[in-house]
Amino acid sequence: MKAGNRPLSPHLQVYRPQITSFLSILHRLTGVALAAGALLLGYWLTSAAYGPETFARAQDFLASWLGRLVLFGLTFSLFYHLLNGIRHLAWDAGWGFEMGTLKATGWLVTATAVALTLIAWIAAYAVAGGA
Amino acid sequence: MEMRSDLGRVRGLGSAKEGAAQWWAQRITGVALVPLCLWFVVSAISLVGADLAAFKTWLGAHGNALLMVLFVIALFHHAQLGVHEVIEDYVHGEKAKVASLVAVKFVAALFGASCVLAILRVSFGG
Repeated sequence: MKAGNRPLSPHLQVYRPQITSFLSILHRLTGVALAAGALLLGYWLTSAAYGPETFARAQDFLASWLGRLVLFGLTFSLFYHLLNGIRHLAWDAGWGFEMGTLKATGWLVTATAVALTLIAWIAAYAVAGGA
Repeated sequence: MEMRSDLGRVRGLGSAKEGAAQWWAQRITGVALVPLCLWFVVSAISLVGADLAAFKTWLGAHGNALLMVLFVIALFHHAQLGVHEVIEDYVHGEKAKVASLVAVKFVAALFGASCVLAILRVSFGG
């Protein structure tokens, strides 16, 4: 096999931005963000093992404006990565590679992720208000 | 285009030899995480503002502790596989690459084990 024959990665400076590439990059970015979020989950769960005060401190941090901002970003990341992950599984099964389908599922996944994020936060505020 | 040599193809080997196992594990944990994440989001919303007593009660009900253990294991395994892939793509120095790969595995194992231990401790009332 000649090295010159290999397919090359797209050269970013001359690569026209489009929904397919943008969503692909977003899948990675949200994945890395969620990996960091997993560490936050670790902090939250572990704090529960240290007693009521430590757990209350973790809950207070998550309820602070910074905590809420981080959790809001993680909520969108989670829903986007989850839905786009299902899109990836469909590709693995060989479905959905046509340009039209690719764009339609891309928009569907993005819109659904935004909608689910908003629904989750409306529900969270309802719980917080009722408590 | 065929990227493998004839010998590699005959032996059933890809360029990374065991690459398919990692790829497969990423898919399996991903599939498991679909229902587990949805369950987790609903649970997390119900726990907004909860104190430890409320959290303990929740963890003790309806197999929540079991689901939380499954969620944590699938999550850290999947996260670790994903970050592994990102490091392989973007960290080019061999030493830096190996060091960061090992660090990611260790951090995932540490946090995952810490989560499981915390779940057990809280649910058994230790």
